[in-house]
Amino acid sequence: MVLLTRKIEFAASHLYHNPDFSPEENRRVFGKCNNPHGHGHNYTLEVTVAGEPDPVTGMVLDLKELKEILEREVMQRMDHRFLNYEVPELAGQIPTCENIARVIWNLLNPQIKQGKLHRVRLYETPDLFADCYRNG
Amino acid sequence: MNHDAQSGEVKIELGRRYRFAASHRLHSPDLSEAENCRVYGKCNNPYGHGHNYVVEVLVSGKIDPATGMIANLAELDGFVEREVLEPFDHKSLNEDVAAFRGVVPTTENLCIEIFRRLKPLPNATLERVRIQETSNNSFEYAGDNAQGFER
Repeated sequence: MVLLTRKIEFAASHLYHNPDFSPEENRRVFGKCNNPHGHGHNYTLEVTVAGEPDPVTGMVLDLKELKEILEREVMQRMDHRFLNYEVPELAGQIPTCENIARVIWNLLNPQIKQGKLHRVRLYETPDLFADCYRNG
Repeated sequence: MNHDAQSGEVKIELGRRYRFAASHRLHSPDLSEAENCRVYGKCNNPYGHGHNYVVEVLVSGKIDPATGMIANLAELDGFVEREVLEPFDHKSLNEDVAAFRGVVPTTENLCIEIFRRLKPLPNATLERVRIQETSNNSFEYAGDNAQGFER
């Protein structure tokens, strides 16, 4: 088995706020991330696909195709967007790194037809990231 | 908040990087002076030397639907600060960390010691610890969780 990884970057804003919490609770749990007008990050996404190289092309999957999938599913949805208000898949969820990574996994998983999605790693900053794997 | 968001098909881990600077000297009392010199090379120089260590901590758990988080970052940062950064930063691993009396402070052993210190982390499961000693050398330890390396 061979692992292939493609990286993309997007910029987006978000804020953490749970309407079920009091203002004080929101502030205590989420700190600066609760500032009402939001803030932003340069996100780095690494998508890893596992598979056997095709004997004819030598490829696990066509990178051009993966690039198009990432453009369509991630860039067009999230790049230069306010994640809380403009990404329906995140509606009703706190757009933490964990939740965004899971949404991205769920968007990409059915689209990868050659090989299998192995890992989605989303960096919110160089020092904070979330990894998604297939369970089991 | 949406409580149906949890998906059983996906395993999620959170990774956080921390940094500390420390000195060490690689020297085994079980080896002769000549053998120490041969095995450890420059790392055996008598007064030691230092590195800017980067410690990557990976934890897993369920995302709390109320917060969207596997682990509260402030709690995780506080725990790592107390257990690792405060006792190791700007210290001599050989002289200042009791675990390295009689144990050579290679980054392999440092991984094991940091994993041991972080294992009792509350509210999340420690999956593995990865340490960059320099930008060219890194080491990982997952305890008994051999699956950690299949990722």
